[in-house]
Amino acid sequence: MSNEKIKSCPLTANHIKIALVGQPNVGKSMLINSISNANLHVGNFSGVTVDKTEVLFDYKNYHFTVVDLPGTYAFTDYTIEERVTHNYLCAESYDLIINVVDSTNLEKNLQLTSELMSMSKNIIIALNMSDEAKKEAIEIDSEYMTQLLGVPCLKVSAQTKEGINELIEAAVIQYEEKSQKSKLIFSEPVEEEIAQIVWYLEKYKFSDDDSYRHIAINLLKNDQKTYEKIHDNPIWIELQPILVEALKHIELHHDSDDIKEAFAQEYASFNRGIIAEVVNLKNQVEKKTLTEKIDSVLIHPFLGIPIFLFFMWGLFQLTFEIGAIPMEYIDAFFGWFGDTIGATIPNDDVRSLVVDGIIAGVGAVVLFVPNIIILFIGIALLESTGYMSRVAFLLDGFFHKFGLHGQSFIPLVTGFGCSIPAYMSARILKNDRDRLLTLFIIGFMSCGARLPVYVLFAGAFFSAQMAGNVLFAIYIGGAMLGLIAAKILKLTAFKGADEPFVMEMPKYRLPTVKLIWHTVLTKTMMYIKKAGTYIAAASMLIWFLSNYPHNLELTQSYESKIEIAVDEKEKTNLLNQLAVEHLEQSYLGSIGKFTEPIFAPLGFDWKMSVALQTGLAAKEVVVSTLGVLYALGGEVDEENSSLIDAISKNISFASAISFIVVIMIYLPCLAASVVFTREAGGIKYFFYLLIFTSITAYFLAYIAYNIALLF
Amino acid sequence: MKTLYDCEKNCKVKVIKLNASTELKQRFISFGIMKGSEIEILQHTAAKSTVEIKVAKMRIALRDTEAKLIEVQKI
Repeated sequence: MSNEKIKSCPLTANHIKIALVGQPNVGKSMLINSISNANLHVGNFSGVTVDKTEVLFDYKNYHFTVVDLPGTYAFTDYTIEERVTHNYLCAESYDLIINVVDSTNLEKNLQLTSELMSMSKNIIIALNMSDEAKKEAIEIDSEYMTQLLGVPCLKVSAQTKEGINELIEAAVIQYEEKSQKSKLIFSEPVEEEIAQIVWYLEKYKFSDDDSYRHIAINLLKNDQKTYEKIHDNPIWIELQPILVEALKHIELHHDSDDIKEAFAQEYASFNRGIIAEVVNLKNQVEKKTLTEKIDSVLIHPFLGIPIFLFFMWGLFQLTFEIGAIPMEYIDAFFGWFGDTIGATIPNDDVRSLVVDGIIAGVGAVVLFVPNIIILFIGIALLESTGYMSRVAFLLDGFFHKFGLHGQSFIPLVTGFGCSIPAYMSARILKNDRDRLLTLFIIGFMSCGARLPVYVLFAGAFFSAQMAGNVLFAIYIGGAMLGLIAAKILKLTAFKGADEPFVMEMPKYRLPTVKLIWHTVLTKTMMYIKKAGTYIAAASMLIWFLSNYPHNLELTQSYESKIEIAVDEKEKTNLLNQLAVEHLEQSYLGSIGKFTEPIFAPLGFDWKMSVALQTGLAAKEVVVSTLGVLYALGGEVDEENSSLIDAISKNISFASAISFIVVIMIYLPCLAASVVFTREAGGIKYFFYLLIFTSITAYFLAYIAYNIALLF
Repeated sequence: MKTLYDCEKNCKVKVIKLNASTELKQRFISFGIMKGSEIEILQHTAAKSTVEIKVAKMRIALRDTEAKLIEVQKI
């Protein structure tokens, strides 16, 4: 922030470590972004942040470390994210908690706040989205709230950056002054019991880092960890009968046999008291909110699903229609670029490496950047408007029939962008079986990297009007196959009880252009970066494998034939034949020939077989491999030099269909497989996935090929 | 015994009892669904397999099996 101070010695400067806690979807990540100008991923559904992330920045002569913890509704260990947050808050060391709350829904948010306050840590409450609250005519008296709670409460807005500096200042003050006593009070019976336990702990001078009050509250709340700690201590003998009586007393008071429920009611009544004091809903009239109005259409019992399908169809139409416009220019550019660069390189081999290897390979991947951008915009809109949760709501009944969970929709739709974040976001599913099942199905949702292959084949075999529909059919078809696969897995490998479906439906928000732009830009840059590095390297390797070893005899025998040849046409033919034969005896040709019998029943020639195998490194490489192989060996003549034409000439319709089927189903790329293995929790799952996808892909492609042959 | 599942659209009810397992009960509580809280039914899906409710300004989606575990009373 303040630049001249950044260079101050890190040893003398003060370090402040802040834990950022809040319920899901209250804008924690966005708040960090506006405090520190970092760029964390932001969305409008719960569970965007699945792991803790640290952001560092400087302010005056303080070094701040802000830890963005996954959102949690309460201190439970229900989901993995909640476990991450709970463990961090209880076990790690930090100076300060900033509790981010949604000003427009304090009642719900204070539930977590009151639990945090009973921890007796240093806390600041950030009343986020104060701009939205203002719009909804919700007035919060933050000063009075500060007085009542005994912890600083500040109005901020991550969106408009209002109050951000004050928040940082307050953090510094709070850090310097150390702990203030929070004024969370329970009902009289509970306070009595707390006082008695505290008195006992004081009497026996029980030593612990935690405050006696917090230990007492935790004991009453039946907190497992606190019991483990106290259990081995001699004072346990005297404490136990007191606790038994105390719990009976509280349960009687609340007319409940569940102490946790009793405490939840305690917190809720404290919060209702606070809200009655500090929130002024002066102009609030009982009318339908905008969100409810939109919902009455979008999740209409009968219209909901058709509307959703229409949106998806529209997205794939746009992906193809608009995406196709700049393609010609990009293609022409790489053609020109290759020729221009090629002209400056005298050495034949080096020129071929650069032009046919690197430029052809990278060009084939860059060609699809426009399509990728449109797809990413669609997914970013889905994530940031709040529509995603609605679709989960609509589809849960349907998904449930296939053994999936409505919330599986979120990782699955993320999978249309890229499988890696999809595997990560499967963490929102609590039940291990449900999560594993979802992880196995994510691969069926065709990722962005597979889009180029589909666009290429759809463009080669269908008219421009049909191509968008074909694309939509491929994606929906993949999703349908995924559902069927889920059902089969649920009936065989993942038998068991279902996870309950309880999910928040966030308020609709119009995402800012900046947010969409940013999300799309980051993802697109990643794609381009991958094209420039990983794929360029893979293209070079493929070029090498397809050019060597040189067979001099072959070349000489053809050269002598060419010399004898009389007319130009024959010469060109011979040249092409030479190229084809040369390619066939190359390393890559040998690999392809070796594996050809395996893929022959699916109608693949050796080039397609090779492309599938190189695609295991990254799906984009499928296209670049085809690009290199057909640029070298295909019938390259003046007018039809593009890859699309080469494909439509060299590959039969049935083979193309079966190729698409394999691409839809077979093993995800290397990077995704690594993440899959990590999220599933063991290498054995990778082998299960390998076997499962390979068999399914082969089997279905075989059927598709034979059906397509009939036409 | 009337449960949340039996309620019609736009109905307002009060929770009497949660018949869920300890774990699910915790989940309900963390979403503000507990004894005494007021619930408004907003929407059902066509097959009534999922229901959207409103508790303390928060909209929550529940599956039929979960809705059947929440005992309610009309207000």
